Amino acid sequence: MQKIVDNGFKPVDTLEKPGANRPWTIKEKVLLGLSPAEYVQQMVRNPFNWILAVIYAVGVPVLLGRFYYGLGWATHGSYDYPWGLFLGWGLFVMVPLSASGFMMGTTVELFGRKDFKPLERLGLLNGLLGYFFAVLFLEVDLGQPWRLVYPMVVSLGPAAVLFLVAWHVATYLSVQIAELVPAFSEFMGWVKPKKMVKSMVLGLTVAGIILSTLHQGALGALFTYAPGKLHPLWFSGAFQWIHFFCSSIFGGLSMLLVVSTLCKWFLKWRCDDTFLRSLDRITVGISKGCALALITYLVIKITALAHDNEWSLLLTGWGQWYIFEMTVGVVMPLTFYALSVRNNRPGMARFAAFLAVFGIALNRLNTALIAYNWKLYPEIPHWREFTIAIMVYATYIVVYRGVLYRLPILFGWKEDDK
Amino acid sequence: MKSMNRRNFIKNGLAGGLAVAATAKATESKAAGGTFGGYPDSMGVLVDMTKCIGCRTCEAACNKEQGLAAPDKPFDDMSVFEEHRHGGLPRRTTEKAYTVVNKYEVEGRDHPLFRKFQCNHCQEPACLTSCFVNAYTKTPEGAVIYDPKVCVGCRTCMIACPFYVPAYSFSSAINPVVVKCIMCYDTRLKFGRAPACVEACPNGVMTFGKRKDLVDKAHKTIQDNPEKYVSHVYGEKEVGGTSWMYLSDVPFEEVGFDTHLGNDPIISYVKDFLGMVPMVLTIWPALFTGFHLLATRKDANTDDTKS
Repeated sequence: MQKIVDNGFKPVDTLEKPGANRPWTIKEKVLLGLSPAEYVQQMVRNPFNWILAVIYAVGVPVLLGRFYYGLGWATHGSYDYPWGLFLGWGLFVMVPLSASGFMMGTTVELFGRKDFKPLERLGLLNGLLGYFFAVLFLEVDLGQPWRLVYPMVVSLGPAAVLFLVAWHVATYLSVQIAELVPAFSEFMGWVKPKKMVKSMVLGLTVAGIILSTLHQGALGALFTYAPGKLHPLWFSGAFQWIHFFCSSIFGGLSMLLVVSTLCKWFLKWRCDDTFLRSLDRITVGISKGCALALITYLVIKITALAHDNEWSLLLTGWGQWYIFEMTVGVVMPLTFYALSVRNNRPGMARFAAFLAVFGIALNRLNTALIAYNWKLYPEIPHWREFTIAIMVYATYIVVYRGVLYRLPILFGWKEDDK
Repeated sequence: MKSMNRRNFIKNGLAGGLAVAATAKATESKAAGGTFGGYPDSMGVLVDMTKCIGCRTCEAACNKEQGLAAPDKPFDDMSVFEEHRHGGLPRRTTEKAYTVVNKYEVEGRDHPLFRKFQCNHCQEPACLTSCFVNAYTKTPEGAVIYDPKVCVGCRTCMIACPFYVPAYSFSSAINPVVVKCIMCYDTRLKFGRAPACVEACPNGVMTFGKRKDLVDKAHKTIQDNPEKYVSHVYGEKEVGGTSWMYLSDVPFEEVGFDTHLGNDPIISYVKDFLGMVPMVLTIWPALFTGFHLLATRKDANTDDTKS
């Protein structure tokens, strides 16, 4: 795509078709102003699409097999490890990395920091898609996915932590859809829905904060049901929920920095000047928030060690693994974020963001799979489970990219004031 | 009883309720509810492991009573005792077996010790408290039963069960369900009869009766034979107490029991979070709207001076 743009092509970035005196049709907008043949051509030319094709060629049959032959075929069907990669990765890693939506909403709409606005929509989209695909992962994992609405309408178990997760993720998904209505209505050329959302944006943002606090925390609280199964270094009866909530703050923001960096590298043609010009400044600004969240997280993690008096466990093999997680996933990003703020170095902030995202993923996988059942035996997920997880995640990337191509996320419509 | 009524009250009060309100109400009652402690007249089973000869008759009786799939090896095949699953662990309950008997060679004991394993039917079951569709019920008779018609298949109960009891029929694509011992509730316990395994045992290993009587009986047995039994009734207090309890003549940890579970029911570890939920729901809106007012105060001030 970059090549076509370098050759003088301009992707759709206006509402009116220049010289035609009429708005672009939806079809034209979907094809970015290219003809269908040209569009297919640029698709084929993109090497990333070839990788995707391989992933789908292997992944689709395996996914169909999972629904035809059952979970026992796609996974080890372990009674000791009832949760595998689908939840370990798809739910527990993806949800904290999608906290960017409520963080950016809070920064811009609630704290009134309009200077962060160029990255707000990307934050919201990152949140919405992350949650949506977490639900898809859940649907792959559930024994009877067609019963997904049972906790809402058929049989309520309101005293369970997962009940709260289910309701809050569902409600929060609607909140995030509402928050992205403006971008979509601009794409469609509607006026009314955008105005309506604008009038309730503060309410939506506050709802987002409440729901996020509770369900991010609830994902941690789910593991308080397994005090004897999860290794004590990752288990904290008193603080588990706040560990998960606090780490989701820098997790979501760091993921946003990672995504914005990838956009800058691979989707530069789609970013407008405002986005490119302000990205470095906003990156350093977000670093400040990340550093604050990281130092808080580090201290409450140490507090948990002291609270349960687990210092001696640090000397064991598990302790070294824990120290590795905390060093690479917390202390190092904290240092680099702090230095990037002090020396105004956006590049260093981006490096810190990659580390922090890795740290979150490692922490959640440790909690859900690796340090879980530490007294029993380690289990490596079935290759089919890996295949399906990679395919669903690839779909997440495809949808993400497709939206970024089209909706005004990285760019604003020119002459939008009309 | 009190706690159960409250649970029902919440359930009814919530039909069609809002998510936010629902979680708040439920958690308030949980946090204030204290521990349940079990139904006063619930039944239980006392297992005297010293008497078990490992004949597997109970496994066969269970399979027949519950109409389970045929086992991989017949019930008179004793080679199963040498089987090990992943991680070198002995057999466990599966989608084909509600109960299994395992053999433990204990140093200093002339014969191996056999341990029967099945759902312990907790007084405050972790599976029940973790289920978001209320698929589990602790009946006043003491059984923890399960409703496959509402189960979504999230398998949180398997995470929550401290004894690793619930299995899941992973082999089914269209109707996978949780599989676990229900103490023969539908066919026997409801009518006051002992579970099939208890009745089938040729050696009188298991005693069926009121749980509180069984606790007394267990302690009396230990008192009368102090040199034989370990002075501990496993299940009397573990994770809030279980309906199935065990006597042993070797330390419990040597025959596969987890002796580090503590005496608090699993839900007590979750209450810190549940109690916080209504606070966030009520405090956050005002707090963050307040932050908004503070953060945008400059706009308000300039507006004031203008007018």
